[in-house]
Amino acid sequence: MNVWLDTLLVLLILTNLHMLGSSRITACIRTVACQAVLLAAISLLAQPDGIGLRLLLLAAVTTTIKAGILPWLLQRAVREVGVQTEVEPIVGFTTSLLLGLGLLGAALHVAGRLPLPNDAGTSFLVAVALFTMMVGLLLIVSRRKAVMQTLGYLAMENGIYAFGLAFAIEEPLLVEMGVLLDVFVAVFVMGIAIHHISREFDHIDTDRLAALKD
Amino acid sequence: MIWALLLTPTIGGLAAMVLRPNWPRRALLLLAAAAHTGLVMACWKVRPTPIVDGWMAIDAVGLLFLSITSVLFLAAAVYAVGYLVRESHASSDDAEEELPFVNFPEAVFTGCLLLFLGTMTLVTVSRHLGLMWVGVEATTLASAPLIYFHRHHRSLEATWKYLLVCSVGIALALLGNFFVAVAARSAGGSAAHLTIDSLIAHAGALNPLWLKAAFLLFLVGYGAKMGLAPLHTWLPDAHSEAPSVVSALLSGALLNCAFLAILRTHTLLFAAGLAAFSSDLLVLLGLVSMAVAAVFIIGQADFKRMLAYSSVEHMGILSLGIGIGGAATFGAMLHTANHSLTKAMLFLAAGNILALYRTKSTTRVRGLLHALPITGVLWLVGFLAIVGSPPFGPFLSELTILKGAIDAGRPLVATAYLLTLAIVFVGMATIVLRMAYGSPPSSLRAGRLSDAHATCREPLWSVLPAISLGLVVLTLGVYVPPQLSDLLHRAAIALGAN
Repeated sequence: MNVWLDTLLVLLILTNLHMLGSSRITACIRTVACQAVLLAAISLLAQPDGIGLRLLLLAAVTTTIKAGILPWLLQRAVREVGVQTEVEPIVGFTTSLLLGLGLLGAALHVAGRLPLPNDAGTSFLVAVALFTMMVGLLLIVSRRKAVMQTLGYLAMENGIYAFGLAFAIEEPLLVEMGVLLDVFVAVFVMGIAIHHISREFDHIDTDRLAALKD
Repeated sequence: MIWALLLTPTIGGLAAMVLRPNWPRRALLLLAAAAHTGLVMACWKVRPTPIVDGWMAIDAVGLLFLSITSVLFLAAAVYAVGYLVRESHASSDDAEEELPFVNFPEAVFTGCLLLFLGTMTLVTVSRHLGLMWVGVEATTLASAPLIYFHRHHRSLEATWKYLLVCSVGIALALLGNFFVAVAARSAGGSAAHLTIDSLIAHAGALNPLWLKAAFLLFLVGYGAKMGLAPLHTWLPDAHSEAPSVVSALLSGALLNCAFLAILRTHTLLFAAGLAAFSSDLLVLLGLVSMAVAAVFIIGQADFKRMLAYSSVEHMGILSLGIGIGGAATFGAMLHTANHSLTKAMLFLAAGNILALYRTKSTTRVRGLLHALPITGVLWLVGFLAIVGSPPFGPFLSELTILKGAIDAGRPLVATAYLLTLAIVFVGMATIVLRMAYGSPPSSLRAGRLSDAHATCREPLWSVLPAISLGLVVLTLGVYVPPQLSDLLHRAAIALGAN
């Protein structure tokens, strides 16, 4: 079981690095979808006490929304907007990748030192969760295109979800569903906003939205 | 009862989205708002029983915030109906740049208003950290379309900033939830559920390190939404670009909801014996917010931004009051009510000013008392109240917080507090007085001012909500009803004051 889990975690790290290094938006959307599938698989593997119906249901709903509906929505938005690539990010791709490696090191270092409760998951899982979150934040601050920022938000959300998995935090079904619904609506609303931004400005570069300031 | 409180606005909101004809929809808005207020009144008489295993219940703090939200929403709903009638023509010219734009569909706007009320209600009745998180994030999503009511590029920019800053902030708060769960896990046993009651009951056993880290995340996450500096960047943009009635709700009700979320976690740290840690952070952020707001209020060129920065200042005061503790906690609770009512009144008045002068520039608005007599008086009265002059409510609550700071033996904090209040007073007075006096610009006198009679310029719907709010603020300054005072005391005790 541990071998499988570790393989999946390494794959998750690779998806993060791919997002940092890729300029093609559609590829990044697919990568975020892959992350969601990986997370669902991890959630099934990481459970110490077997797979219950509740877990299966949650994994199924999460995958459907995060790997199915949301990527589809974003792909559609990208097609309508007609922006295929992140041309000149605020932080370049090579620099992003190097930063990403630094963040990975930091995440491993921090996770190794966190006082883990005795029955929690491996510190490697915690490290990967933290890394995914940080990559999400990095994408939000270092990319110009609104779509990429939305993807960063999704990656961050994935990281937080992975953190929950690492500690096998069982939130009640009502809350889990609520969180999922919120994420779904958030991306939906952002998608609509992106559509309006592109129609209003003929671009979706958020750093050029600078009319409001003091 | 709690279900009714939640479902009235939610069902109303969904119905408003699909209802085609205008007038039934507007009636529905008023009806749902009034029904909500009625239900909240009933909660004062009979405290409803907790539902869903105690995840949702109305305690003293929750009832206070719920009542403020409900009263504000009722006032805003009356104003909104008149506003929507006036805005119902197909397209209008942008007040700032004379660009044509169209409004958001009215059905969606009304629906989102009601859903916004529903989500805020969810925040106030939640006694479960996870559920509260869901509520706070939902308020962001329900209010984002409201900010984008006037479809033009500035409101779009404000909406995007609002969505991104608040969503990312609140994602951090979700991580904070998980940290609390980890802290509870290390305590072992039955504290694993994130209901506030069970967490407080087992507070002593929670892992302090994880709990402290969780509080930091909550403070950053919900603090971004509450508008504490330096995380307030979305706030002036959203408040200045949203329709005034939405700004009133954002400032008076939404910021409170985020504040409530911080309060809940502060209570948790207090119960765990870590109050010194969280209090110091709250005092620090409070003072920083007040200082930043004071700097930006001086010479502010846009009067809605000025009000927005004043909200940042008052959120700072609230955070400061809670951080100081003791009598200041009581003061902060009272100030929550006072600030919400006064600020909503000011924003509604600002809406009237904007409608006539068609500019948000503080230098181009002159002779307010002459052009809009009632609104002008409301604007002056609101200004006097918000800067804390007697005999209005904010004076009483700000004085209580000052007293709390001195009693707690923190003269430096008290001095900084008074100093920023003085700076804000001077900054706002310069702007507001210049707007109120003098004679209206000649273009205005020749055009819009001459062809309409004074009462047509200020129809009843546009001034009545603000007048009622103003009367409540005035009353709170001279007389705090025993029921309210009792509620405030119980809220303050729940937050650790003795």
